[in-house]
Amino acid sequence: MAERCGSLLEACRRLATEPGLRPILGGTDLMVASPHERARQGRWLDLSCFDEMRGIAERGGSVWIGAATTFTALQADASIRRHFPALVAAASEVGGWQIQNRATLGGNVANASPAGDSLPVLAVLEAVVVLGSAAGDRLVERRVPYAGFHVGYRATALAPGEVILGFELPLPGPGLEQRFQKVGTRQAQAISKVVVALAGRCAGGRVQTLRLAAGSVAATPVRLRQAESAAVGLELAAAAEAAGSAARQETTPIDDVRSTAAYRSAVLGRVVRRLVLSLTPDSE
Amino acid sequence: MYRWGGCSKLAELTYIGTSPPRPDGPAKASGLSQYADDVAVAGLWFGETVRSPVAHGRLRSVGWRRAAPPGAVLVTAADLPGPNGVQLIDDGWPILAEGTVEHVGQAVALVAAPSRRAAVLAAAEVEVDIEELPPVFDLSEARRQPSLYELELGLGDPEAVLDQAETVVEGEYRTGHQEHIYIECQGMTARWHPSGPRVEVSGSMQCPYYVHKSMVHAFGLPEEAVRVRADAIGGGFGGKEDYPSLIAIHAALLARAVERPVRIVYDRQQDIIGTTKRHPATMRYRSAVDAEGRLLALDVLVELDGGAFTTLSKVVLSRALLHAAGPYRCPEVRVRGRVLRTHTAPNGAFRGFGAPQVAFGIERHMDAIGRRLGIDPLTLRQRNALVPGDRLPTGQIVDESTSALACLESVARRTDFVTRWTEYQAAQTETNGTPQRGLGLSLYFHGAGFTGNGERRMNSPASARLTPEGRIAVLSAMTDMGQGAVIVFRQIAGEAAGVTFDDLEFPEPDTNEVPNSGPTVASRTTMIVGQLVARAVREVSAQVADWWGEQQPAASPYTVKDGRVVGQDGRSTPFAAVARSYLEVHDALEVTVRHQPAPGPVFDETTYQGPAYPTYAWGADIAEVEVDPDTLAVRPLRMAVAAEVGRAIHPRLCIGQIEGGTLQAVGWGLLEEIKLDQGRYLNDRLATYIIPTAMDAPDLDVELLEAAFPDGPFGAKGIGELPMDGGAPAVVAAIENATGLVVDEIPATPERLFAAQMRERSDD
Ligand SMILES: Cc1cc2nc3c(=O)[nH]c(=O)nc-3n(C[C@H](O)[C@H](O)[C@H](O)COP(=O)(O)OP(=O)(O)OC[C@H]3O[C@@H](n4cnc5c(N)ncnc54)[C@H](O)[C@@H]3O)c2cc1C
Repeated sequence: MAERCGSLLEACRRLATEPGLRPILGGTDLMVASPHERARQGRWLDLSCFDEMRGIAERGGSVWIGAATTFTALQADASIRRHFPALVAAASEVGGWQIQNRATLGGNVANASPAGDSLPVLAVLEAVVVLGSAAGDRLVERRVPYAGFHVGYRATALAPGEVILGFELPLPGPGLEQRFQKVGTRQAQAISKVVVALAGRCAGGRVQTLRLAAGSVAATPVRLRQAESAAVGLELAAAAEAAGSAARQETTPIDDVRSTAAYRSAVLGRVVRRLVLSLTPDSE
Repeated sequence: MYRWGGCSKLAELTYIGTSPPRPDGPAKASGLSQYADDVAVAGLWFGETVRSPVAHGRLRSVGWRRAAPPGAVLVTAADLPGPNGVQLIDDGWPILAEGTVEHVGQAVALVAAPSRRAAVLAAAEVEVDIEELPPVFDLSEARRQPSLYELELGLGDPEAVLDQAETVVEGEYRTGHQEHIYIECQGMTARWHPSGPRVEVSGSMQCPYYVHKSMVHAFGLPEEAVRVRADAIGGGFGGKEDYPSLIAIHAALLARAVERPVRIVYDRQQDIIGTTKRHPATMRYRSAVDAEGRLLALDVLVELDGGAFTTLSKVVLSRALLHAAGPYRCPEVRVRGRVLRTHTAPNGAFRGFGAPQVAFGIERHMDAIGRRLGIDPLTLRQRNALVPGDRLPTGQIVDESTSALACLESVARRTDFVTRWTEYQAAQTETNGTPQRGLGLSLYFHGAGFTGNGERRMNSPASARLTPEGRIAVLSAMTDMGQGAVIVFRQIAGEAAGVTFDDLEFPEPDTNEVPNSGPTVASRTTMIVGQLVARAVREVSAQVADWWGEQQPAASPYTVKDGRVVGQDGRSTPFAAVARSYLEVHDALEVTVRHQPAPGPVFDETTYQGPAYPTYAWGADIAEVEVDPDTLAVRPLRMAVAAEVGRAIHPRLCIGQIEGGTLQAVGWGLLEEIKLDQGRYLNDRLATYIIPTAMDAPDLDVELLEAAFPDGPFGAKGIGELPMDGGAPAVVAAIENATGLVVDEIPATPERLFAAQMRERSDD
């Protein structure tokens, strides 16, 4: 069972000083270890009770999402639905309903699986990750742009004792369309073999703005920068082809228990092509 | 959705053909049922298994790494009181590794401790020292070693016909491992008693008497010294036919060593690593056909991967060979097969028992013939399907209930098959990014009951006796693992005896209480043991009625109906009251009946000629799938299934079996795959061993057809395994119809379809 403590500050202090103590939110990553693994696991500190990690709110030019927000809550929130349909789409495809009721955005990001479904979405929405830690008797915040958060396979910019408080998502400009596609092993309760998110806009039949990111094709979720620049300025059909093949060139997926490198690479290209092609040719 | 086609509730029957609720339903739905891990036992300790980390090696030593953890006890092969083999068909499966290890996950030692956590931690303190030896995984390498078993059967001289034939079609088809994924993992509790039966085991099992036999063998005890009881069972699918014997011996070894009750319950990872699976198969088919696609000759070679030890492979192979030519007429047939040995976990019983593998082989092969000759799948099958009076490769003449054509008609009618199949085929090349659709057909049959002379040899008994309350207790060793024997046996007994469910009692399967009516396997429970139950209770009820007639001669003879003993004058008395009066003047009334094989020819186990099964159940599937042209993800949209079941005792449960089995077959065909690297499991958990969820299930439109089997209870045939045979070939054929991609190996994962697509493009 997870332990609790009175304040977030105390929690950060304990996490920084007690070896073997780990934060837990929904527990959907931590609690599914087999009894054999569990027998050897350390202790958990429950953060889900702290107000600092909760809530969804529009603040100036961005929307704040607390780390403890569940995927069910994301799907239900009016402001998320209005501004971030790709995040809603991702949230609705994580696990199944039971998982969505417990699993949190913060846990998904901190877990840092290259297959995490919300991760490419946060990348194309250019989120800022807000971190917190204890400095003496104060809780200090640090803001890390999403592009700099994942530093290696399951490695993040989190310092020891630092926790994710939440995310700031800049409001998308007018006409920015969002897309999300997950390729899993089955209809639900499936970890992605390839997952792609897109934010983009066309004008006069040509791609004007494009941000693409993918998961499960590299050690971390990746922005597909070459695909983006290959497509911008081109007429939609040509842009889709260019983005698809550039995406394949800039990634080197691997064979693993869920899929093959060859499949992932080809399907990444096809899904990128499909998503770009689905943009409205003229969003004015 | 389902329809109930050819069957109807016969007017004169009360329970047969109705779907009453199962008595254990509320407890199961509310979570009150006591499964192996739920039963409270005072002073219980927990056992853990130490497994081989390598596929093949010389076992140098096993022991505590450091000092023994306080309280923990270690058991190795050196502690065995008797022979080191699990008694199944033979006893080649070691209880604990000795001398060598033969697969990753083989049990090497056992540990018991006072808590589960302590047992897990103690097991990690056991050091296993193994000198690795070169393992064999590949069938081409396994072929160079002696086979575990070889068999051959046939009719005529196919070679001569194949040599002369104008059209010869050849193909190789492959199917993979399948893990049972019963909801409840394997679990067993054992304890030793100072008096009475010396050792008692209870837990999750299909066959209490198999466990009993292997316990007697392993501990060298007299039969009456061993008591085996089945708890509520959370699914089996064959996986609890062979393996419970091993885990029961393990639990009993630990209980003996610590002199306390000990429970071993696997978690899912242990269960996937340790237990038996469906045999992977490689099948080579060669056929000669005429211009209309009629089979002239067929030559089949079936190779099963047996894994490291034999378990039940011999009978799996024989069932595979007996079904390898499919439900088709062919004058010249040769079927050969062997079980090869590899350094992987032993493969064993799994719903269908070798038949689903060859059903995939023959059905893909029929599609290959159709493809070659340009004949649609339905017409080709209609031309070749067996009809009453045709001969199987064993020489058996199939009976009047042979329903292949009726099954085809049922599914084709409901799907408008040929028209839509032809349209989809024409649309294969229109790849505009929208999903492609396809239809696929399979036809199959399944021999009901034990193969060959199994039933004749076992000569199983079942009993019925009056209880002091005036009820009829029905005694059989059959277990209910979810399939519904609990209610189906009540219906059969109530109907046969003319009594109500309240007049019946069904003691739990316990080797101290019930006779050895054989294992709950091979689709034999309803058809074979159900018939024994019907005969036994009918006899008890008739004796009671006759005795009552002697007491009241005026209205004699008496009959038993709806729980009352009814005289010619129409006056009646409750059966229970009459039965109690009977027991006032008699000590007891107990009737035991044994299986009586039908008269006629007997199967010859050396030539493999004769009736291998008393009858066959028949089925046809049409699957409709949608394939994403980019990701090649396959979505089975809907399936029409026709199943000819003899008689549906409980139509709702019967359809449940068909639906569940079909989905299990679709999972095997599309998703389920054990991935091994040097014999190590890459996907030993449910996050990575992917089975279909409700969202992956097609809409199933099942039609039951009935053609009574005279030797089954009220005409019923065994149907538990039938639906496992048709799903995989139907969905794979539908993928071909949608995309043009020919896949002869399952699971047909998107990765495999992608590889086929790449091969095809490089061929262009
Ligand atoms: C059946 C099943 C299906 C699933 N399907 C999907 C899926 O489709 N897609 C997908 O992406 N994921 C899936 N997951 C994984 C999991 O549900 C998600 O990663 C989820 O978002 C994790 O959130 P959580 O709150 O449950 O995390 P937890 O399990 O509580 O924690 C996850 C990790 O994050 C750390 N952590 C938690 N909170 C913080 C914090 N505030 N600061 C720093 N570190 C923290 C924990 O220490 C732990 O390492 C599935 C899991 C299961 C069991």
